[in-house]
Amino acid sequence: MAYPTDRKYTKEHEWIQPSGTKATIGITDHAQDSLGDIVFVELPKVGAELAAGKTFGTVESVKAVSDLFAPASGTVTETNPDLATSPEKVNKDPHGSWMVKITLKNAGELDGLLSAADYEKFVAEEAGH
Amino acid sequence: MSSVEASPAGSTIAVRKTALNAVHRQMGAKMVDFNGWDMPVEYPASIGGGIINEHLAVRTGVGIFDVSHMGDIRLAGPQALAAVQHISMNDASRLEVGQAQYSALLYPQGTFVDDVIVHRLDENEYLLVINAGTREKDFNWVRDNTRQFDCAAENLSDDFTQIAIQGPKGVAVLQKLTDADLSAVKVYWVTRGSVCGLGNILIARTGYTAEDGFEIYVSAEEATSARVWNEILKAGKEFGIVPCGLGARNTLRLEGKLSLYGHEISDTVNVWEAGLARFCKMEKAEFVGRDALEKAKAEGVTRTLVGLEMVDRGIARDGYKVFDGGGREIGYVTSGSPAPFLKKNIALAYVPPEFAAIGTGVRVEIRGQGVGAQVVPTPFYKRAKKTA
Repeated sequence: MAYPTDRKYTKEHEWIQPSGTKATIGITDHAQDSLGDIVFVELPKVGAELAAGKTFGTVESVKAVSDLFAPASGTVTETNPDLATSPEKVNKDPHGSWMVKITLKNAGELDGLLSAADYEKFVAEEAGH
Repeated sequence: MSSVEASPAGSTIAVRKTALNAVHRQMGAKMVDFNGWDMPVEYPASIGGGIINEHLAVRTGVGIFDVSHMGDIRLAGPQALAAVQHISMNDASRLEVGQAQYSALLYPQGTFVDDVIVHRLDENEYLLVINAGTREKDFNWVRDNTRQFDCAAENLSDDFTQIAIQGPKGVAVLQKLTDADLSAVKVYWVTRGSVCGLGNILIARTGYTAEDGFEIYVSAEEATSARVWNEILKAGKEFGIVPCGLGARNTLRLEGKLSLYGHEISDTVNVWEAGLARFCKMEKAEFVGRDALEKAKAEGVTRTLVGLEMVDRGIARDGYKVFDGGGREIGYVTSGSPAPFLKKNIALAYVPPEFAAIGTGVRVEIRGQGVGAQVVPTPFYKRAKKTA
């Protein structure tokens, strides 16, 4: 699957799509593929503060539990209501099934993240190990 | 995102491979280190895989598993029965030739070396099928504890590719490939027949999925193993056969409350605690662990294995702590997972007997929060008995 170029990526396999001072966050295709069937997504409440690099939620597949790490700092303005009842949507459409929307604290934080091409390279290198 | 496997993996000094390793990789299986073995955890969705799909295929149709990592010990000789009786807790004297039983090897303390399936292959010949992670330990233990008997212990673990064909349609699939009359083979019985043109293959109506099914033992030669695997897949195509990995194997056995070494049973858990009394024949005059078990029975247990179903939103996982309603720590989860067929979040846990009554409310600690669960009857899943 091609990684959309309208967003940035982390080495922890999250994506963040900025739009002015706001941004949308989710997990990558590679992340959903390594997790397998996703059965549970736990997200912060609206108003919660995310700190870049810190955990903000949990994704569980049948066999594994994974922390979600915030790609950037900000305040949660919305969480995806679909994921409470249909977490499998993340498997089907990882780059469309967003997890949270935030107001960015410092849009400059995104400069340090990976581009789609760099992320793809990173994933390929990781798989080579 | 950083991932923690719910099942602990062994260290990877020299990873071992089954004869089907290349086949799994070719099929695009996701491989994991399981007790030092490079094994498929699940197959790609493009070929019907994924833990949930694989699990459902076995419950409603048919799936095949490579379980060649399991070990095999042959005990043969004039005193083979006496030796088996000495080292295992079930009563092997009840076995007719061709019959098998679930049993366990115990330490003198009444705790588990391993659980096993004992097959009686001939008058004085038994085959013990043991776990992958305990192969060497088990073989050494069996050899050391059977020295006084006129019988030879042989480690055949590397000789076989063991393939499990599991699910209600398993019998129809395997029947296409063998001259043995499978309808005549009862559950926990074995027969021999040709399979895929290979003569004298051991065919057992056993498994680890709480479903009907067979396990066959063919040569561990790579090309032969691959050919048999592929012929089963081909024969099963009309029945919707799906290759299944260790992920589905774990969720299937958990729904059926089948014990897993290192989880429900271990060298620190005894037979009474594990709820396996019906496989332990105290009327046998002697076996390793019997004296300690007699004493333990008189003293009573301080913990017992129960089935939990999550009432609140959350998934209990292996090792999570269990609390009572008042916030006192009372036990721990041995295995916990979503149950794909039952569509519930279930777990097995050790708790004091006073919390074992069906309907008892407890809390499982999930990421620092006490999440509500209740004790439910086990096995969580039981397949309908065939009337025909």
